[in-house]
Amino acid sequence: MAFVTINAVRIAGMSAFVPSKIESNYELNIIEPEERIKYVTSVGIENRRVSPAELTSADLCFHAAKSLIRSLAWNEKDIDCLIFVSQTPDYILPSTSCILQSRLGLSTECFAIDISLGCSGWVYGMFVISSLMASARFKKALLLAGDTISKVVSPYDRSTKPLFGDAGTATAISYDDSSDGFIFHTAVDGSGKDAIIVPGGMFRHPFSESLLEYHEFEDGNKRNELNLVLNGMDVFSFAISEVPKSIRALLDYASMRLDDIDFFILHQANKMINETVRNKLKIPKDKMLYSLKDYGNTSSASIPLTIVAQDLDLYKSKILKCVASGFGVGLSWASIYFTLKDTVLLPIGVI
Amino acid sequence: MDLDDFVKNFAEQFNETDPSLITPETKFKELEEWSSLISLSLIAMADEKYNVKLKGDDIKKAVYVKDLFEIIKDKK
Repeated sequence: MAFVTINAVRIAGMSAFVPSKIESNYELNIIEPEERIKYVTSVGIENRRVSPAELTSADLCFHAAKSLIRSLAWNEKDIDCLIFVSQTPDYILPSTSCILQSRLGLSTECFAIDISLGCSGWVYGMFVISSLMASARFKKALLLAGDTISKVVSPYDRSTKPLFGDAGTATAISYDDSSDGFIFHTAVDGSGKDAIIVPGGMFRHPFSESLLEYHEFEDGNKRNELNLVLNGMDVFSFAISEVPKSIRALLDYASMRLDDIDFFILHQANKMINETVRNKLKIPKDKMLYSLKDYGNTSSASIPLTIVAQDLDLYKSKILKCVASGFGVGLSWASIYFTLKDTVLLPIGVI
Repeated sequence: MDLDDFVKNFAEQFNETDPSLITPETKFKELEEWSSLISLSLIAMADEKYNVKLKGDDIKKAVYVKDLFEIIKDKK
């Protein structure tokens, strides 16, 4: 198993932006009116934020980054590294991180790359960015994680449409030799690639007009080849088995007990998955953070979005020990231990 | 792995269905309460009680309650 400890890094701040348009699952016409309450109670998602055509993941992350840089009083030219994590980049090429370097006014000497991951992406991004900070001796770095999955779901698909919302986030990481750093566990199983996939539009199945045709499947849902396919049962089975193992393994490796942790932040998949994981690990309810109800599943943005969605001012001067776990598309999953102390957590911005 | 226990565990995933309606010979997808949410509960039950990872296809190809029992038994 892949375990890594990275010392002398801390989370300096976090921020998130969401689109202003709210869609309610209580008003979603693809779910029968008499089933809506039961559905919402089971998946735990009431509302989702949905981007208009002209607003991209990069735009949401740009605004999150801009406000965070300002709040931290960082100088743009001092930022050594920018990583953009997304499954919904602006272009096939170039990398969105290159565009964001220029939009944010960062130095041309800044190290910039994209990482193509979704639900596990923020944790993988934290791994890569902190590893680079340790090896390249970067002092200040930005991890931008965001997705607009609402743009790839079929409006006629009950298995995806009610679940996904859009958000962009920024996490600022700085060098700090007094911090106890981050601890990671990462894992991957590409044999599960078909469980969450957009089959067409890239190079395996390049774009052609026929990909736009909608097909009706045996479950009654309609999709085209550019839409997201989600095999909810396989994802559920994977998540409830692997996520508790990953979190337990991480805590074992770190020589910590569950009781030592103040907050657990899971990727916001749906309530059934997250509560099953919580029950398996016997995590008390008040230690598990959620943002599902108002924002749904926001893919790579979900963990930082969930953190800034809380009112953690209460704990300001305390060191908060946190474990977060991202899991999903790939299949890819990863867990991280980190602390929040004097971390700037901005209220969620709306655009 | 005991069939009677399994049928009991299976029936517990339903809220509105009389447990007496659930036997090894029940075509469970024909039960009025059957839904995709119950299939997720069954996956969680297989994981919790039998430590078996049920896949979507396993549930898809099972017709009778006893089919699912056999699938889980084979995976154990």
